[in-house]
Amino acid sequence: MSGATVPLYRLAHGRTGDKGNRSNISVIAWHAALWPVLVEQVTESRVAAQFCHRRPTRVTRHLLPRLQAMNFVLDDVLDGGVNDALNLDSHGKALAFVLLDLPVDVPPDLRQYLVGPDDDPTSQDPPRRTAP
Amino acid sequence: MTTSPVAAAPLRVGCAAGFSGDRTDAAGPVVDALVAAGGPAFLIFETLAERTLALAQLARRQDPDAGFEPLLDDLLRPVLGRCLAHRIRIVGNFGAANPRGAARRIAALARALDLPAPRIAIVEGDDLGAETRRHVLRAALGGGSDVDAVLRTMVSANAYIGAEPIADALLAGADIVVTGRVADPSLTVGPALAHFGWARDDWDRLARATMAGHLLECGAQVSGGYYADPGFKDIPDLAHVGYPIAEIDADGDCTITKPAGTGGRIDAHTVKEQLLYELHDPAAYVTPDVVADIGEARVVELAPDRVRLEGVRGHARPAALKVNVFREQGWLAEGEISYAGARAESRARLAGALLAERLRPLGKLRIDLIGAGSVLGDDDGRWLAAQPHGEARDVRLRVALIHADRAQAERLPREVTALYTCGPAGGGGVRTGLRQRLSTLSCFVPRDDVPTRFTFLEPT
Repeated sequence: MSGATVPLYRLAHGRTGDKGNRSNISVIAWHAALWPVLVEQVTESRVAAQFCHRRPTRVTRHLLPRLQAMNFVLDDVLDGGVNDALNLDSHGKALAFVLLDLPVDVPPDLRQYLVGPDDDPTSQDPPRRTAP
Repeated sequence: MTTSPVAAAPLRVGCAAGFSGDRTDAAGPVVDALVAAGGPAFLIFETLAERTLALAQLARRQDPDAGFEPLLDDLLRPVLGRCLAHRIRIVGNFGAANPRGAARRIAALARALDLPAPRIAIVEGDDLGAETRRHVLRAALGGGSDVDAVLRTMVSANAYIGAEPIADALLAGADIVVTGRVADPSLTVGPALAHFGWARDDWDRLARATMAGHLLECGAQVSGGYYADPGFKDIPDLAHVGYPIAEIDADGDCTITKPAGTGGRIDAHTVKEQLLYELHDPAAYVTPDVVADIGEARVVELAPDRVRLEGVRGHARPAALKVNVFREQGWLAEGEISYAGARAESRARLAGALLAERLRPLGKLRIDLIGAGSVLGDDDGRWLAAQPHGEARDVRLRVALIHADRAQAERLPREVTALYTCGPAGGGGVRTGLRQRLSTLSCFVPRDDVPTRFTFLEPT
């Protein structure tokens, strides 16, 4: 079996929170074996690129190895936040699913830990309607 | 560090609401479970999101007896009698902008239900909007003419206060504690502090109780709510999701569970998602009571729907308290119209372009094409502009703007309605809205400038 490029949501799950104009998104490994892959590939720079249309002024990654989880803090991505944004989703609740679309390369020996089907009809491959 | 008295039985804290307007049938199963378990127990209601308090203050302007949680009666009626009968004490921030009014309402509810009169404590001190407290706010905002402008349009200014006045009220014998703005986890820390008699600088224990409170404070968000994603994250019987109960031990560590027979699920993954919800630096979750540190925390699945959180550490509480100031600033106008069938996306895009041209003098107009691209976009439209023109066949155009002047803002709903006769073919289902916008700013005040207290509601 060979390696594969899959969306992050097959390795991890997450939830968005907001405070003011700052969004936080957790990324939680489905299995401890997948944690090193997340640490290596789900980096601050890749997450910043994934959200480039929101123009974050800073992206910070906090690692929680005991929980096999990481917490991303994205500054100034909510158009002012819940009271100021014109967005229907002024909290940015949907943003976790933007992060969870991030492509991740999974080595062959770890494919057994992936969640969801290999022929995932919901994956964005080829990407469409993604950030410019 | 400090030695604290040890109690054998865990303290159970059940959560029956996680926001203003939460389900009124959530409390029943939680109270059933607390009664069945026996032992010391509390029921908490968290009903204050950031802007809820400003809305409550506006309601109180209209009616001096209003300004607390509108669903207060509906939340408490199903469980008040059983809580009083079984010594399950209630702590809620459902007092919002009028804790005293809420306390009176609860007393009236108890009378109407022929219950023994509960001892109701009112926690005050968070409200910095009153004339007598303006000097504190003025100093925090830095003085100057800008501050005068803020104060003129201010709706509410509340400090996030901590668990101490709640604990003091409980130690004085309160059956029910009504608060306004307290930090959400403090609703849980207060009962734990009172029950276990911890020192008030026992940072590790306060931090553990704080994270227990953090797991509880959004209600079902730890027990399967706001989690399901079919095929990837399946949750049983989500329609009847059970609200959480924390079993807190004398060291503050907790086990999260939920009432038997309810829907939802509690496992390591649901707990981790809520643990990190609205956190920034996991080593420094700042509350009025303590700075909690989950950098070395672990979650352990003990049994189905039973997950233990341990390893939380604490650091000294901050010297300053956060204050949220809300003011009325401008008008938010919104409008929607649907296009469906062949070329629906083209017709919706044409309508959006037409509105942008008609409303250009009003400033920034947000355009969403619901069904083709909407909430992921930014207010400046960069994301939407970069999306290829698709062939979506069911698109709801939504536009929004903010304007300082109400009369100008009203042009948006009129223009959206005019699409019926002046826009592209086949548009239908116009809905429009206009409401005053509440803008917010935060500042910090020295803790010593925010004295808090509790008083008992006088029997009538």
